[in-house]
Amino acid sequence: MFGRDEKVSSVRLTAVQYIILVVFLFLAYGLWRLQVVQSEFYSAAAEKNMIREVPILAPRGKILDREGRVIVDNYPSFTALLLRDSSRNISADADLIAQGLHMDAKEVRDRVRRFASTPQFRPIYLKEDITPDELAFVESHRNELPELDTIMAHRRLYPRNGFMAHVIGYVGEVSEDMLNQPQWELYNPGDVVGKSGVELQYNNLLMGKNGSRQVVVNSHGKEMGRQKEEKPAEPGKQLKLTIDVDLQIAAEQALEGRNGAIVALDPRTGEILAMVSRPTYDPNDFAVRIKKGEWSKLVNDDDHPLLNKAIQAQLAPGSVFKIIMATAGLQEGIAQDMKVTCNGGASFYGRYFKCWVVAEHRVHGVVDISKAIYQSCDVFFYTLAERLGIERIAKYATMFGLGQKTGVDLPQEVSGVMPSEQWKIRNFKQKWYAGETISVGIGQGAVAVTPIQLARAIGAIASGGVVRRPHITNPTDFPPNVVPAAASDEVKIPIDPKNWEIITDAMANVVNPGGTAALSHLQGIDFAGKTGSAQTISNALKAKLGAMGKGKFKDNGWFAGVEPRRNPEIVVCTLLEEGEHGYLAARTAAQVIKAYVEKQRRTPSKMAKSDSKVEIGAVWNADTEADEALHGGRFVMDIPEKHAPLAVAAPGIGQRLGTND
Amino acid sequence: MSRYISFHDFDWVLLIFVLLICGLGVMEIHSATEHTKFAGAHVKQLYWIIGGLFGMFAMSLINYQMLLDRVHWIYLAALASLIMVLIFGQKYLGARRWVKMPGGGHFQPSEWVKLILILAVAKYFADLHQRELSWPDFFKAGVMVGFPMLMVLAQPDLGTALTYLPIAIMGIFLGGVRFKQAFIVVLAGALLMPLAWHGLKPYQRSRLTSFMNPEADSQGSGYQVNQSLIAVGSGGIWGSSQGSQTHLAFLPVPQTDFIFAAFAEEHGFVGALGVMLLYFVVLMRLTQNAQTAPDRAGTFVVMGVVAVLSFHILVNIGMVVGFMPVTGIPLPLMSYGGSSVLFMFLALGIVMNVRMRRFVN
Repeated sequence: MFGRDEKVSSVRLTAVQYIILVVFLFLAYGLWRLQVVQSEFYSAAAEKNMIREVPILAPRGKILDREGRVIVDNYPSFTALLLRDSSRNISADADLIAQGLHMDAKEVRDRVRRFASTPQFRPIYLKEDITPDELAFVESHRNELPELDTIMAHRRLYPRNGFMAHVIGYVGEVSEDMLNQPQWELYNPGDVVGKSGVELQYNNLLMGKNGSRQVVVNSHGKEMGRQKEEKPAEPGKQLKLTIDVDLQIAAEQALEGRNGAIVALDPRTGEILAMVSRPTYDPNDFAVRIKKGEWSKLVNDDDHPLLNKAIQAQLAPGSVFKIIMATAGLQEGIAQDMKVTCNGGASFYGRYFKCWVVAEHRVHGVVDISKAIYQSCDVFFYTLAERLGIERIAKYATMFGLGQKTGVDLPQEVSGVMPSEQWKIRNFKQKWYAGETISVGIGQGAVAVTPIQLARAIGAIASGGVVRRPHITNPTDFPPNVVPAAASDEVKIPIDPKNWEIITDAMANVVNPGGTAALSHLQGIDFAGKTGSAQTISNALKAKLGAMGKGKFKDNGWFAGVEPRRNPEIVVCTLLEEGEHGYLAARTAAQVIKAYVEKQRRTPSKMAKSDSKVEIGAVWNADTEADEALHGGRFVMDIPEKHAPLAVAAPGIGQRLGTND
Repeated sequence: MSRYISFHDFDWVLLIFVLLICGLGVMEIHSATEHTKFAGAHVKQLYWIIGGLFGMFAMSLINYQMLLDRVHWIYLAALASLIMVLIFGQKYLGARRWVKMPGGGHFQPSEWVKLILILAVAKYFADLHQRELSWPDFFKAGVMVGFPMLMVLAQPDLGTALTYLPIAIMGIFLGGVRFKQAFIVVLAGALLMPLAWHGLKPYQRSRLTSFMNPEADSQGSGYQVNQSLIAVGSGGIWGSSQGSQTHLAFLPVPQTDFIFAAFAEEHGFVGALGVMLLYFVVLMRLTQNAQTAPDRAGTFVVMGVVAVLSFHILVNIGMVVGFMPVTGIPLPLMSYGGSSVLFMFLALGIVMNVRMRRFVN
């Protein structure tokens, strides 16, 4: 027992002191472990917390024409956005913001509400591609509206009104479907890539590499500062096309108001000088964001504005095919001395085939190969087709590249059809009937070609039999690391010079008095070509549809023309959908040829020298071998094997054929 | 008795160390909240400290023996205030801990109950005139502390409730507990642990599991612990010049329970160890005051304060360095918060009170 003033055990008090010491040593050990032993680990973790990598977007490469004129450029586009980490009441400012950005205040509030659940550091995008006065509004209200900000991105600036739209294509955010395909697997969601045209074909070249910048962010993801380390963006490479903008303008104007396509090639090299497809669309609508309604309108339009008809329309070539027939007939030694009397039609295999002249209450009378071409006599070519047989016709047509892809460096080219016995068995499990050959002789039946195929074939025949792959870029214009895989891509089909002369002279007569396109004669220009008009449905069906069918299913007008007639510098193929007559297509082609020749004559190096003789119809500018080597060759980038739906189906086999030109 | 009392006997050395810690706390609160919505908290903290100093001087003037004589009334008042909280308390973040005061302020009764428990336990053990603790006395002490503890647990406020425990433990230890008794109680406590687990709120359980494995849910309940560890660790030996964890707000609400993590990040191992040394000096000085107390009750009072202070330091710094789960216990004198500051200064006032009367008898 002890009293009230008995002291507490000093042993226990001392014990408490030691316990406290132990606790402190324990805590100090904890600190030492974290701050000395594992310091590096945690410093790295802290760094990872606060450093965020932000991409620096690489501007896409410009697209130039053959003379270096800019066709597609970029422009800085500003997007207005709302920052939410400031303590401002956005709803209260909505009226002023809406007024400045020409929006509806309700729309602003709706957007804020719709994005309320997204992380606060993520800004709300209000309006894309704002105008300069809207940008000025944002800049001048920095103090009143600190939550309103803009970001800049490079956007594509395409020519207006759909000029060259099908060649250029357009860009858009890479879709999920695309990312699943092997050629896009290296891309990231959100990347802006080419979706059609050369934008798609040469996306790798045009796109460039995004750089990155390290920024210090706080826990809300707000940027607080920048690090010195910066990986600059690698801008996309410029892409030079073989297109001549002057000629392109002429071709666009020539086709204005019509549906169809124009392709202009240099047969000496395969360079595409102009390419137009109508109707067209404005790719600038796609550069920001296309409205759903507008998009479905474009997709569902019966005139297929999104289709590049120069490479994607497969149609019967009509009488333009007679040039292939003539070449086959002459080369096979059949057509030289052939004389056929045209009485407005003839019977083959028990069926009567009309010549187009009967519609004009005329007959061709006695026709030889030359007259058959410039007068486009059907009876002559029915007879020639009968004598040649489908196999020989198919052989020549295939040699000149009909019914197969040309391999042009544009995406989604279609192949068309060149019928043959084998083709019929493979596709229809049926034998070829000799009667079907007759309509093939005038480019009807199952024959379906694209304008670019026809341009190449006619150009090749006029060049004495050199078929070259058309292309829209030159490999020599590419940076050194993109090398052509093959040196040359041309096939020589020797055409006897005499035959060559007969065919090309006859083609020149087409645009001279007595020819089918005499009205398209160009004074002082060695213009030659062949008209064609091809049915889109059979006569029987047309008769059944009556008056309505007549208006709706007009014939397609074709023309393939060259200048000069032998070893041409340019070949133009024109397709006028529902153009009815080949001579209308010829007039369109003549405008392009005229524009070409006029430009060439203004170019000093191309002007005829006074001491050298210039012979009309002879070789003007023989291509040098060096030039050929430069322009041949394949490109490293592959053309995606994706087919667009066919525009128009060719008329059925064996159907009765009527009027032709 | 009062004629012998003089501020000459006031423990100025202790006060200087206490104010040093407070000063570092104010500086760190300023640094940690500078660019956040809590900016200006350091000024408020300064006012609390000044208020606390007045409270401390006032407290030192009231004879603690007189307080102890009336401690049963005060104890009942404390219980009443806890009942008041449960009935009229303001619900905030899922817990009823505060009572709205007429002046507009908020009062957290569980803080001052701590002070009363120190006095009540001191009085109880001082009046036991035995060298060894008997089982009934043991249980009476347990009930005395356990009752308010359960009421605070019901708020629920596990952290504050736990701070009552060291007061009892210190009393029982100094009151002469036998090792056999201690062993039995610890064993019984260990067996009751699984039952206690079921009594925990879901958020309390997730705090415990995230303490065991902070990476398991580093964005959820483990977030604070993880960010605290990163803050302390990235401080290194000399401190991180950027203090990115605190200044870029990765460590949430750094000015209260995680003030030591913020300090350790900015001032490194050296700085943190320095602060711990200051606390150690304060605790040793307090223990010395307990030894020189005029009577048994005085010793118990001072040691009660030592117990609460050490427990806070252990749990808070232990939490910051990853040794303890998150319990919401502030670091006394440094963490931002009026109730905590006032409690510490009032507790120090009682310590001064005991010290100034050491030569009285």
